[in-house]
Amino acid sequence: MRDPFTRLGSTLVTPTVRQAGFGVWLSGRTLALLPHLWRRRRSLLDQMYLAGVKSVHVVAFVAFFIGMIVALQIGLKLAEYGQQDSIGMLVAISMAREMAPFVTAVVLAASVASAMAAELGTMKVQDELTALEVMSIDAVSYLVLPRVLAMTLMAPILTAVADVVGIVGGGVIAVTQLQLDFPAYLLSVDEALRDPGLLGLPQDLYAGLIKSVVFGFMIAVVGCGSGMMAEKGAAGVARTTREAVRTSIILIIIFNYFLSWLLVA
Amino acid sequence: MIELRGVHKSFGPLQVLRGLDLFVDEGRSFAVMGPSGSGKSVLLKHVIGLLRPDSGRVLVAGNSVPDLGRDELRELRREMGYLFQFGALINWLTVFENIALPLRETTDLPEDEIAGRVRRVLRQVHLEGAEDRYPSQISGGMQKRVGLARALVTEPRVILYDEPEAGLDPGMSQSVSELMRELQGEFGITSLIVTHSQLCARIAADRLGIFDQGVILVEGTPAEVLASDHPRVREFLGSRRE
Repeated sequence: MRDPFTRLGSTLVTPTVRQAGFGVWLSGRTLALLPHLWRRRRSLLDQMYLAGVKSVHVVAFVAFFIGMIVALQIGLKLAEYGQQDSIGMLVAISMAREMAPFVTAVVLAASVASAMAAELGTMKVQDELTALEVMSIDAVSYLVLPRVLAMTLMAPILTAVADVVGIVGGGVIAVTQLQLDFPAYLLSVDEALRDPGLLGLPQDLYAGLIKSVVFGFMIAVVGCGSGMMAEKGAAGVARTTREAVRTSIILIIIFNYFLSWLLVA
Repeated sequence: MIELRGVHKSFGPLQVLRGLDLFVDEGRSFAVMGPSGSGKSVLLKHVIGLLRPDSGRVLVAGNSVPDLGRDELRELRREMGYLFQFGALINWLTVFENIALPLRETTDLPEDEIAGRVRRVLRQVHLEGAEDRYPSQISGGMQKRVGLARALVTEPRVILYDEPEAGLDPGMSQSVSELMRELQGEFGITSLIVTHSQLCARIAADRLGIFDQGVILVEGTPAEVLASDHPRVREFLGSRRE
């Protein structure tokens, strides 16, 4: 019978450290395999469609409501002080800096990372990953590289969609609840995003887009890595899928703080 | 061609291989029968280099498998095929794409030559016309044949079979076993077969070993072994009348 500390270590600490180590290795290996990209172009396009195009409607729907919530929460308070004209500015900044990349990443974690974990997990427990290995096919190049790259490319595009839709959502509240006219709202938005930064993009906008690139990469690595570590049949795949979503969301929150600190603060 | 000498392997406190000795001549076929969960698949995984022994030697075509570097192991694996228990086909690829996969990924062959090779192995496993179907659209027996075609398409010198009869009815099991024998006879492929089925061993193997408690207890031609008086062998075979 092992002592409680050993048991705690082997059930909690060891798997977490192993998973983290595998995630770091997988990230490095994926980046090292970038020269294989041309061979994976078809798979990359498939994954961009699955991860990006098929998530647009969910991201847009959530972003629209987030934009409305932000406008409502802040706008009503501003109206008490007669400052509701600034609502466009505040919605634009909060969407661009924070809400759009965060919400997009959470939607992608829940939908795409879970799908990746389930797909690769099923392949693992059905010996398909072992089959690739015995055929001398690199599973990271064949499976992980197109998925990770597709998410890394699609996350900022979806974030840009969320920015626009969220701002429109905020506009709906500005017009219907705060009695502003839409052109005045857009003027306020424009004022907020006028400050030019990298590549001529508004500084707040590119800060959010850089965040989303990191989130996209991270979510896909967690999804694929969790799947590749799946064990013990259908129950193992289910556990892996759960862990992929949970780990992704926790990492999104932690990285969000540090990226905000680096990019904005 | 395949040689295991004094191979030991444990997983934690569980000793799976306890000084296993096994030898398969080039171009011959060796079947290993034994109880479920006794470690027969572990044996195959040592031969293909998925597992390393705690001690002992594993040689394939004169190469010490545990001592090979990553690239050397990849080269060796290109000369080996592996038929998985349930086929292990990639489910989003068609039958054709599954079989073409190792050629597309590990060779520079032009697409028309790959197509020619795929059609040839499909004929060999009697699956002409199934090219465009997905694994979920074909039966377990057909999946096994596709797995075999995928193992054959690289023209290997060695094929490892992990319970080729698993999940098949007796008729289909006999048909797959006959196909294995046919391929071995035609191409002189060295085969190591892990099986539960006496029928499969009788049809497909030149030699048979009964595996129990980490070693081969009895070895000989299938007829000799199946008639053995060894009490453990009688106990095992008695519970598996076919």
